Amino acid sequence: MSAVAFAPISARRRRVDKLARGGVALLTGVALVPLALILYYLLKQGLGAISVRFFTTDPTGAFLGDPGGIKSAVVGTVLMVGLATAVAVPVGLGVAIWLVEFGRGSKLAHAVRYFIDVMTGVPSIVFGLFVYITLVLAGVGGSSFAGWKGSTALALLMLPIVTRSAEVVLLLVPNALREAAYALGAPRWKTVFRVVLPTALPGIVTGVLLAIARAAGETAPLLFTAAVVNATALNFNDRMNSLPALIFQNVGQAQDRLVTIAWGAALTLVAMILMLTLLARLIQRRSRLS
Amino acid sequence: MEAGTIASAGGRGSALHRSPAARLPDRVLRWGLTALSLGVIALIAFFFVKLILESRPVFSQVGLGTYLTSADWVPNKALYGALPLIAGTLITSAIALVLGIPVAVATALYITELAPRRIRGPLTIVVDLLAAVPSVVYGLWGFFFLIPKLQPAERWFADAFSFIPFVGGTVTGPNYFVAGLILAIMILPIASAISREVIATVPREHKEAALALGATRWEMIRMAVLPYARGGIAGGAMLGLGRAIGETIAVTLVIGNAPVIGHSIFQQGYTLAAVIANEFGEAASDPLHRASLIAAGLVLFVLTLCVNAVARGLVLRAERGRRPPEMAA
Repeated sequence: MSAVAFAPISARRRRVDKLARGGVALLTGVALVPLALILYYLLKQGLGAISVRFFTTDPTGAFLGDPGGIKSAVVGTVLMVGLATAVAVPVGLGVAIWLVEFGRGSKLAHAVRYFIDVMTGVPSIVFGLFVYITLVLAGVGGSSFAGWKGSTALALLMLPIVTRSAEVVLLLVPNALREAAYALGAPRWKTVFRVVLPTALPGIVTGVLLAIARAAGETAPLLFTAAVVNATALNFNDRMNSLPALIFQNVGQAQDRLVTIAWGAALTLVAMILMLTLLARLIQRRSRLS
Repeated sequence: MEAGTIASAGGRGSALHRSPAARLPDRVLRWGLTALSLGVIALIAFFFVKLILESRPVFSQVGLGTYLTSADWVPNKALYGALPLIAGTLITSAIALVLGIPVAVATALYITELAPRRIRGPLTIVVDLLAAVPSVVYGLWGFFFLIPKLQPAERWFADAFSFIPFVGGTVTGPNYFVAGLILAIMILPIASAISREVIATVPREHKEAALALGATRWEMIRMAVLPYARGGIAGGAMLGLGRAIGETIAVTLVIGNAPVIGHSIFQQGYTLAAVIANEFGEAASDPLHRASLIAAGLVLFVLTLCVNAVARGLVLRAERGRRPPEMAA
């Protein structure tokens, strides 16, 4: 800005500008402090707990003596999130395909989208409560608390995330691709499965990974659907442990060794989720759409 | 896709002459997916009805008015007044908004308008990473780090600024403020992401016009960016509020879980979500207690529903403004 023809900016305005920009940058720095602190404490408190034995033994829950490891929690989290994914992804994706390929613009599509939006906003604990009422109290399947009931709560949570993210990507698939398939004589289903879905795949995978990351960190819906146990369970009709529930359980114990277990479990959980998140971002970046 | 006049070009089994059997997969797909979508609507409807039905004992035995306005939550005396819980939820969420939204807007402004181009991408990822930390880990950190480290500062603040309403008085370890602070950190990524999206929609012409008229960068932000993005930022804040209201585990660990209405922001309390997480175990054998917890879930659901409806409206309106001016003309 050469001040040949213009009046120079007054010192006061210059000062305000500098102050305001500095303030904005400062607040941005403030936003990064909690993340740094959390990661620092996770590493500082959690690394000490981690060993091979930590992952290969079940927690004992013993207040005195050997507190054990976190095997049952890792196994439970992987199994329950896996089952929830196996349910939520086909259903969520199916709804998204219907919204984009079949229902576009219809009244029903508006209604479905509205209900999916409502579902996105439901607090996770309320989903847990719902599963508790309908499946746990009623003793469905002959069990009270069970791994598959935890998965149900997680699937309810994942469903809207999968649908919303898949819908956005499917909408980005150019119509010309669909029309080309039709012109070549492909029926609708073949167009959906062989043209639309492969094109949108990276975006869909990103959404699914983010949904998995979200579900893996959830505690509230698992507490009263899958409960907290020490033993490793492989049967979905048994009570299943999970990393978040184990951490929550151990924080309340005024016993250093149990708290150390909680930090180690937290470090494990955050590492798992960060990897999923970064993988999702990487795939998103590679995608040609969006 | 109709066969039309060129049908003769294809023989039997060609794409243009599809037999009814060949059309079957299409029908199956269409109606299967429609049924799935209707199933989702039915599920949510069932969910809502079930919550209402299961919480009915509270409304018949305690009364809706008493439930919402009484401040006595004493389960073993069958007293169920949810006011302290509702107050706790609203107080912590309000603290979260006051602390979190300015920071979220600042990060959004910095990333979209001020930061050097090279660090914009990495900075975005780092802010988004805050959303990847699970609720229980925030709780763990808050419980063992934030509560003990903050207490001296809180004591000093409560003494020095005791003339401000709801600040002076005794300071307890777990309290509304710590819970609100953790919630502020948790809503930061979503509020920041929405603000970023909305700020990115501010027309380049508006910004360049401001700069061409001699505005400084900050004046450009204040005159061209903020007024344009105000609605969307408010929408992002409301979405954050919806998150804060429903957040459970992190809050449960740092709020003290005392069913009273604290006299200042540095005293302990309770929230709707926390009471459900804590008391569901003992409530299994007591139908009225259980119903009162389900009613707490219902109140929570209705609260988030309203907040999210407002948020969606605001964001949608802000995004509609993004259409290029030719379309408006």
